[in-house]
Amino acid sequence: MSVRLTGVGLTHANGRRALQEVDLSVGRGERLAIIGPSGAGKTTLLRLLATSLQPSAGRVELLGAEPWQLAAGARRRLRARLGLIHQSPPLPPRQRVVTAVLAGRLGQWPLWKGLLSLLHPLDPAGARDALARLDLADKLFERCDQLSGGQLQRVGIARVLYQQAELILADEPVSAMDPVLASHTLGVLSREAESRGVTLLASLHAVELALAHFPRIVGVRDGRIAFDLPAHSVTPQALDALYANEQLGQPSPASPAPAPQLVTIPRC
Amino acid sequence: MLSASATSGLRDPAALPRLVLTVLALALLWPGLQLSELNLAMLLDGDNAATMGSFVGAFWPPEHGDEFLALLGRATLETLAIATAGMALAWLIAVPCALLATRVLSVSALARGGRPAWWAGALRWPVRLLLIVLRSIPEIVWALLFVRAVGLGPTAGVLAIAITYGGMLGKVYAEICESVDPRPARALLAAGSPRLAAFAYGVLPNAAAEMLSYTVYRWECAIRASVVMGFVGAGGLGQQIDLSMRMFAGGEVASMLLTFFALVLLADQLSRLLRNRLT
Repeated sequence: MSVRLTGVGLTHANGRRALQEVDLSVGRGERLAIIGPSGAGKTTLLRLLATSLQPSAGRVELLGAEPWQLAAGARRRLRARLGLIHQSPPLPPRQRVVTAVLAGRLGQWPLWKGLLSLLHPLDPAGARDALARLDLADKLFERCDQLSGGQLQRVGIARVLYQQAELILADEPVSAMDPVLASHTLGVLSREAESRGVTLLASLHAVELALAHFPRIVGVRDGRIAFDLPAHSVTPQALDALYANEQLGQPSPASPAPAPQLVTIPRC
Repeated sequence: MLSASATSGLRDPAALPRLVLTVLALALLWPGLQLSELNLAMLLDGDNAATMGSFVGAFWPPEHGDEFLALLGRATLETLAIATAGMALAWLIAVPCALLATRVLSVSALARGGRPAWWAGALRWPVRLLLIVLRSIPEIVWALLFVRAVGLGPTAGVLAIAITYGGMLGKVYAEICESVDPRPARALLAAGSPRLAAFAYGVLPNAAAEMLSYTVYRWECAIRASVVMGFVGAGGLGQQIDLSMRMFAGGEVASMLLTFFALVLLADQLSRLLRNRLT
């Protein structure tokens, strides 16, 4: 079992309840897409699975261990096996792509190796292979601030590919890419998960991409799991109910229509 | 309804706090001027102006005899050596302290939205306190102390600069690290990276230029400080100025002030060069 959440709830410091009573089990090698309206708690759920957030209720079990019961050292080793792909990858603008990708293995390398690699990349071939799968091999020695939003997202994905994580978590990994590239990139991630038998969880805005690439779909709404179905059993009715507000979008005189959600990817 | 909200929404919510802060700052500054007994008219008073005039008048022409220039050269090198050696030692104190004091590398803050756990904050406090102690005593006091301990000469100046500037560099490095984007380092820590590696890969690329320029500026300050400490016998240009002033040799003082100017200019150009390379 790669992921097992039991009755997980999360309340932010400002009192907003982001997740309530979430139960989710994901077996090893499963590929799962998380869909749902903006603000439903998709990112919170993924950050919780990446141990970047501690649940305020319930139990979290990742790769057979309970991260919040572990000692600091053991938790660090567990974290090195989890790979989170960020929607806007947090990469320093002046860092070179090769360094940004090699940083994926910092959790596995001894400290001296990581520091040495900063002065002179120790495994440029490994970084180039990861980038080549995403069609970015020519950017190996560019600086991050010279890349577009979509290219940066692919550098972030290349870092997790290079990390060889056992649980790949992707938060809107293709939001800044055109449809063809987005589909290709999700294909790369799926093949990576299949070939190494690792688990892949991705949150996606584009429902058709989720249905096309993932055998299992989880709908999240208001911090709860609305449905958890195989992709072929997801009905238009279920989707309509999941996105009810956004799809009906009836502007009432009291409250102006919600502004279209802008996904801005900072250049770095 | 729309128009009502439009008029109420036009009032700048920041206006009142800004006004209050301005008034408060003025109210605090005025007693300060009174307490420091600043009186500019005294400068223009007949006698005082004449004394200063004759002293400054002796500055021209600057002394440029061969023997004096040799002496000046050696004193300048000594000053540079004091400043550089002092900064190197200060850096060795500052870097580990800054790494220990900064919140950016807090692992406990990861799952808490960037706020470290209380015990993690409590552990950082002694380091901050040490840095405060190091820099709260002015370098001139340390210099006087060390002149007693190790005798007249540059060693006292080097130690005094190392201690005071170690405290300043450590504090400012820690704050620079906290002011840059924390997300790269957090992402690395969340992927199991050791703290030092997360610092090197996540914080340093963003903070390096700022830290470098502050270090060079501090080096410039160290040059000036080593001059001041020369007056209490810690060697270098300061000791020479002290001697020349006592002998009312205005030309020599002028030459040495010109040397200062050249040194500060050099530091400024160096800082600019290094910043250009890094950004």
